[in-house]
Amino acid sequence: MTMQIEESPTTDGEVISNYTINFGPQHPAAHGVLRMVMELDGEVIERIDPHIGLLHRGTEKLIEQKTYLQALPYFDRLDYCSPLCQEHSYVLAIEKLLNLEVPERAQFLRVLFAELTRISNHMLNMGAHVLDVGAFTPNLWIMDLREDCMNFFERASGARMHSAWFRPGGVHQDVPEKLLVDIGDWLDNRFFQLFDDAMSLVMDNRIFKQRNVDIAVVSRDDAVAWGFSGPMIRAAGIPWDLRKSQPYDVYDRMEFDIPVGTNSDCYDRFMVRVQEIRESAKIIKQCIAQMPSGPIASDDGKVSPPKRGEMKQSMESLIHHFKLYTEGFHVPEGEVYVATESPKGEFGVYLVSDGSNKPYRCKIRPTAFSHLQAMDFMSKGHMLPDATAILGAIDVVFGECDR
Amino acid sequence: MAVVHSAPKFASNDGVIAELSESISVWLISAQEKHGEIIFTVQRDAIEDVLRILRDDHKYQQMMEIAGADYPERAERFEVVYMLLSLTKNHRIMVKCSTDESTPVPTVTTLWPNAGWLEREVFDMYGVTFAGNKDLRRILTDYGFEGHPFRKDFPMTGYTELRYSEEEKRVVYEPVELPQDMRTFDFLSPWEGSDYVLPGDEKAEGAPDADKPKVTEEPADTDAGEEAEELAAHGTEAVPPNMVEVEITGDDIVDEDGKGAA
Repeated sequence: MTMQIEESPTTDGEVISNYTINFGPQHPAAHGVLRMVMELDGEVIERIDPHIGLLHRGTEKLIEQKTYLQALPYFDRLDYCSPLCQEHSYVLAIEKLLNLEVPERAQFLRVLFAELTRISNHMLNMGAHVLDVGAFTPNLWIMDLREDCMNFFERASGARMHSAWFRPGGVHQDVPEKLLVDIGDWLDNRFFQLFDDAMSLVMDNRIFKQRNVDIAVVSRDDAVAWGFSGPMIRAAGIPWDLRKSQPYDVYDRMEFDIPVGTNSDCYDRFMVRVQEIRESAKIIKQCIAQMPSGPIASDDGKVSPPKRGEMKQSMESLIHHFKLYTEGFHVPEGEVYVATESPKGEFGVYLVSDGSNKPYRCKIRPTAFSHLQAMDFMSKGHMLPDATAILGAIDVVFGECDR
Repeated sequence: MAVVHSAPKFASNDGVIAELSESISVWLISAQEKHGEIIFTVQRDAIEDVLRILRDDHKYQQMMEIAGADYPERAERFEVVYMLLSLTKNHRIMVKCSTDESTPVPTVTTLWPNAGWLEREVFDMYGVTFAGNKDLRRILTDYGFEGHPFRKDFPMTGYTELRYSEEEKRVVYEPVELPQDMRTFDFLSPWEGSDYVLPGDEKAEGAPDADKPKVTEEPADTDAGEEAEELAAHGTEAVPPNMVEVEITGDDIVDEDGKGAA
């Protein structure tokens, strides 16, 4: 570490040196257990060294000891703000190795719930972001909307957060029609009233703009070089969205726009998310309108479990059920890297199979890794309080960053 | 095979191997396309040159991920896999090289600044070193951690555990003590999946000859081992030797019809 010692004209010849402080690991604006060693010159950030790994649980190693199905719930616990989107990458990776066809209704349901997850994730992130820069009320209002999303997840899967609802070959259980009706109702009659109200407090707020506009401006080239993805790269003016460019499930049938920023600062990142929520709502409505009827899981008995009723009648179904929940299914040898657009950016799964019932290696590409790594160059020259705004706009969750 | 899965569809792989192989042919070891993924295996020392050519000449602008993998049975046990993404061509490829515990891989922090942490992670988890990475510290494990946890020979439970000690008023590190065995269930079907010896099957080696009946006339025939024979001869605390032999007197003998001999 280099210490700058200089004679300051304002301190009457007294020598002032840079000093180092710890931001975190227990800091309310650190969005989890992040420790940042900051070198400050007065109140200006000279250097940031983020120390991560305080939440490292060795998920990838644990997955190597579990069957493919047993490993699925670990993905809920990575980015616990947007559980279903993490599952999405994983099940698609397995399906790619198996070359498994997923029934249409299951694809629609997955897209619907992935978008609902996106809304609930952005509700939390935007609420936390405005809270970090000093506003209190919007957070309370939009947290209420997140609670609504949680209730929908609960009605679909039985769990508010750790759903484990996406399965290789489809989804775990069908949803009642009433749930789809209620989600549509919620979007039409409740969601936008509350959301627009909350945003009207923030978007043109003078303090919010002072804290976010022109903070951490990242050029297009830098955004590409640092491996940015998701709202971070879109705020830099690059219309890159995996749902559009590399569509999976039924995203290619959905009509939606990709919001991009113009200034690539924290305010743009926030506004890209605001706009994304409107696009997500559009996708959800299209899903509900076009939702076909039919099976919700693959008919391949070697991968997806039989129905309860069938098990009472057919010996083969009973055997399949027993084998699936003990041995699990075998995945052909090979390796794939499958990345989907999670609310935070590109969430990838590099899955290596040796042909057995357990993954040989499962590398998870967290979105936060590239973004948090850029924290140093994004914060350089900014004031100490700006660090929280930058961090809020990155949208980090340490369950996913540390794995 | 027709593609029926619904995983992300990027640009076509047609002709990509031929095109890219030509420009990196000097260093190329193998190129394959399987499951819709293109994987180039290249020489370790040339990884930086290869990735630079792919970035500058073939528009793979983003490096999304570096993954390590451990294959202990190979001579060079570690694989380092680089996932490249082209934003303009909308295409993904993987480039990999292999190394062992002691040979460093050239760093690619010169090409992408975000490679720094990714290389640190591979180093932390597998112990692969990267020549030229100026900041190769551990990243995910604890301060002062020893070993590389994602190696296949590193136990799932680890070696140390920590707790807050009320006596010492600080967090103390101790060797792992498991109150019960680590539970690893093996559900592989012994008829098709497993290639190991089932518990008990190892005794099938040198199994007793079925034609020769098993007798225990002599203590040595019991196969109980010397220690057990010694104990039987001298007795233990639970079974003193004088309890082994019981003298039977006439009074105790009972006739078949139930009356005493007297």
